[in-house]
Amino acid sequence: MSAAVSIERFGRGVINSVSAWGSAWVFIAETILGIFRPPFRLRLLLRQILEIGFNSVLVIFLIGGFTGAVLAVQGEYTLSKFGATAWTGPMVALSLIRELAPVLTALMVIGRAGSAITAEVGIMRITEQIDALRSMAVDPIRYLMVPRLLAGIISMPLLMCVFTTIGIGGGYLVGTKILGLAPGSFMGQIISNVDMVDVNSGLIKSLVFGFIFGWVTCYKGYTCGFGAVGVNKATTQAVVTASVAVLVVDYFLTSILTRIFF
Amino acid sequence: MISIQNIHKRFGSQVVLNGISLDLEPGKITTVVGPSGVGKSVLLKLILGILSPEEGDVLIDGRSITKARSEPERNDIRANLGVLFQSAALFDSLSVYDNIAFPLRERTNLNRLDIHDKVSFLLNSLSLSQYHKKLPQEISLGMRKRVGMARALIMEPEVILIDEPNTGLDPIVGQEVYDLIKYCHKEWGFTAVVISHELPEVFQVTDKMIMLLKGRIHLEGTPHDFINSTDPAVQQFIQGKLDGPISIQ
Repeated sequence: MSAAVSIERFGRGVINSVSAWGSAWVFIAETILGIFRPPFRLRLLLRQILEIGFNSVLVIFLIGGFTGAVLAVQGEYTLSKFGATAWTGPMVALSLIRELAPVLTALMVIGRAGSAITAEVGIMRITEQIDALRSMAVDPIRYLMVPRLLAGIISMPLLMCVFTTIGIGGGYLVGTKILGLAPGSFMGQIISNVDMVDVNSGLIKSLVFGFIFGWVTCYKGYTCGFGAVGVNKATTQAVVTASVAVLVVDYFLTSILTRIFF
Repeated sequence: MISIQNIHKRFGSQVVLNGISLDLEPGKITTVVGPSGVGKSVLLKLILGILSPEEGDVLIDGRSITKARSEPERNDIRANLGVLFQSAALFDSLSVYDNIAFPLRERTNLNRLDIHDKVSFLLNSLSLSQYHKKLPQEISLGMRKRVGMARALIMEPEVILIDEPNTGLDPIVGQEVYDLIKYCHKEWGFTAVVISHELPEVFQVTDKMIMLLKGRIHLEGTPHDFINSTDPAVQQFIQGKLDGPISIQ
């Protein structure tokens, strides 16, 4: 392969990457602007909150409960080495509120509802339903994307609260009924050591993760390639990209929020 | 009505349309034919303003949809167009009734009763009444095309664009779709552009034939001109022969 061909391929790759980034930013800018332009489709928003939020509650219940239970077991084991098992409650609660609940909720919702959104929008793209919307003078960004983005931003913090509550409940049950920790001490230490800034930190993370969820899954569906292979690829890319983005952004958010709040 | 002026469209290095100019006659059905991949559906999407040409213009009632500065302006120009898509493109989550009512709910301020009257009229006219509660996936493709036609007609547009009307249909249902186009054209008197490669079925509905080949208009005339053309490419296309100037892409 000649150097010229290699350079050309490299150049084309760079142009394609820059173009894809630009297109993703234009997409989200149009979606955000669409939020403020009438008509406001409340019914579509509520349907998406039902799809993304309410229909994820069961899985969040399960994951949250068992995550809290595991944290209690691991926490009690580690803290017992320092004679500090009384701190198991705050350890479970702070781990959940500040870190695990926002991240695991986001990952679960991306896997469950995100893949469904990308596949649904992608199929609408390849079966000309999005073209049909445009032909009927209905803006697909405002009709399809705005309700999904908003539903992600609204649902994620609510699900995170459910996750945290059930997680603490799971930790409490395992800690007090199986590991023999004192119920009063478990809850008392949580109340004494968890502040509103911890809760705010988790909520801010959830809001940002909800935004990432909506952006990535809608964009990948909207720009999906041709046929079943195109939808398959878009769905896989959406789940991987959104999950990685959540973990990367989580690091930077944690760093920034720790400096701001603590 | 619709005037296509010197349209050039390419995808990457592939030139699809290379200087197409065409004026649609009001009240007539114009059929665009040509081998697969020649750019027939691209032409339709250019008329709709869903794709933009590299060069040239598409005027709808004297207004350029290609040079419209914003989506609302394009939407305003599109208001006079209805489309029947190749796969009907009905919304999966909506019933037959809601699919037909969709443009009225989104683009007009009509109340529920007025919308019901208009939708019911079309359901009856196109023999769809018994299917009104069904979802698109619960009815046949032929019936979905019927619903797609009802949705295209609900805003009473002056122009209907029809993409490959009988793709995926058996000959009997395919004929039924052509009968539907004839019936609707007679009743509503719209101007139509039909994109097709189905010969000779399309001759029964069309007033004017356009054949696209290698990005250009290869032949323009009546169905009679088309059938009697001595052009080897036209005859190869009509007879469906492998040998000739048209190569398989």
